[in-house]
Amino acid sequence: MNKQSNTYTLLYIIGIVVVVGTALAIVSTTLKSLQEKNADADKMKQILLSVNQQPENIDSLTAIFNRCVEGITINAEGQTVAGKKAFDINVANESKKPADERLLPLYIFRDNEIGTKYIIPMNGNGLWGPIWGYISLNEDGTTVYGAYFSHQGETPGLGAEIEKPFFRDRFKGKTLFKDGKFLPIEIVKAGQHPLGDADYVDGISGGTITSKGVGAMIDNCLVPYRQFLETLKK
Amino acid sequence: MAEKTSYKSIILNPLSQNNPVVVQILGICSVLAVTAKLEPAIVMGLSVIAVLAFSNVIISLIRNTIPTNIRIIVQLVVVAGLVVIVNQLLQAYAYNVSKQLSVFIGLIITNCILMGRLEAFAMSNRPWPSFLDGVGNGLGYTIILIIVGFVRELFGSGTLLGHQVIPQWCYDHGYQNNGLMILPPMALIVVACIIWIQRSFNKDLQDK
Repeated sequence: MNKQSNTYTLLYIIGIVVVVGTALAIVSTTLKSLQEKNADADKMKQILLSVNQQPENIDSLTAIFNRCVEGITINAEGQTVAGKKAFDINVANESKKPADERLLPLYIFRDNEIGTKYIIPMNGNGLWGPIWGYISLNEDGTTVYGAYFSHQGETPGLGAEIEKPFFRDRFKGKTLFKDGKFLPIEIVKAGQHPLGDADYVDGISGGTITSKGVGAMIDNCLVPYRQFLETLKK
Repeated sequence: MAEKTSYKSIILNPLSQNNPVVVQILGICSVLAVTAKLEPAIVMGLSVIAVLAFSNVIISLIRNTIPTNIRIIVQLVVVAGLVVIVNQLLQAYAYNVSKQLSVFIGLIITNCILMGRLEAFAMSNRPWPSFLDGVGNGLGYTIILIIVGFVRELFGSGTLLGHQVIPQWCYDHGYQNNGLMILPPMALIVVACIIWIQRSFNKDLQDK
């Protein structure tokens, strides 16, 4: 057959697309369960990191998670929503809805040593792509016990530093309520102060837009939990 | 015997004499993107070696059947397919690394070294030399990535592979990490320095 003819070219390209398409489909379906397991384990790891727990391997991770963490779903009024599994809720989609329509996943971590902690998942935007995190609060519903941040593609060495322990540790001990007013933690340039009374942490120099994204994310994602957190204070 | 030497030169030439990055100036974009830290640079290099070697072999196997007027498209389909497979494998078996590299793995598709080697070598050579050529050029790329990543992480963050290597007393005596090292322009300057050093030792590469 003439290799330069249009028919040959067409058949060739159809053939190669079918072959490559099939190969990709096979790879994708065979690896899917492994990938999902990895993704779930990774999510559990991130949730546990926000309460400073770092299990060594994937088995102890799942064990600790199943033993200590309970997921509940609440709404902006602070009431429990039945029938929705907290772990399966897509926080990225929920955080784009108006605050009073969101389904709010909340993880309750119970451990004999460190007590009960409330973990709130967050999702927002950095400079290049999505950023997300978990913030854990003490039983009083206002003092931060720990925080975890991660990102998809922030600049290594600059915005990507938000996932480093030194940045996460800056959140420890900050409070969300000041004299009964709800003021989520703000991120400011090193050495500056926010206008209001809110507690603040220093952003990352060179990662200004990512730092601002973290601030906006904390604000956007914590506000709907206000009612619930207020009930904890009493 | 003659063939054996040529195999050797196929794999060794791209390491220095005909290095894809510092001699042919290809693939500079990813050198800027992934070298702020050493670890992603190494994994990126390994991924490029794998994709380059296998796409070279595949294209070389089917080189006589490819219609010339759509050969670039066929090459792209093969490269893109392989890159997606590498990405899926990383997600299944090396989840943390795949999270670190995220978009950069996908960007291998647009790496000029791949298209260059497929067009220049795999289209006109048998599979085994093509495989060696892919590995050689991938290694040449990886070496530069590692050198640049080493310099940038050491002077930019004071660490190597995430471990602190510049001792605390240096900081106590007023040493500071060079923030410019982390920014993309510094990768270009480091690459330029490598080119300068290499050419000053290698008279063949100097412009007359």
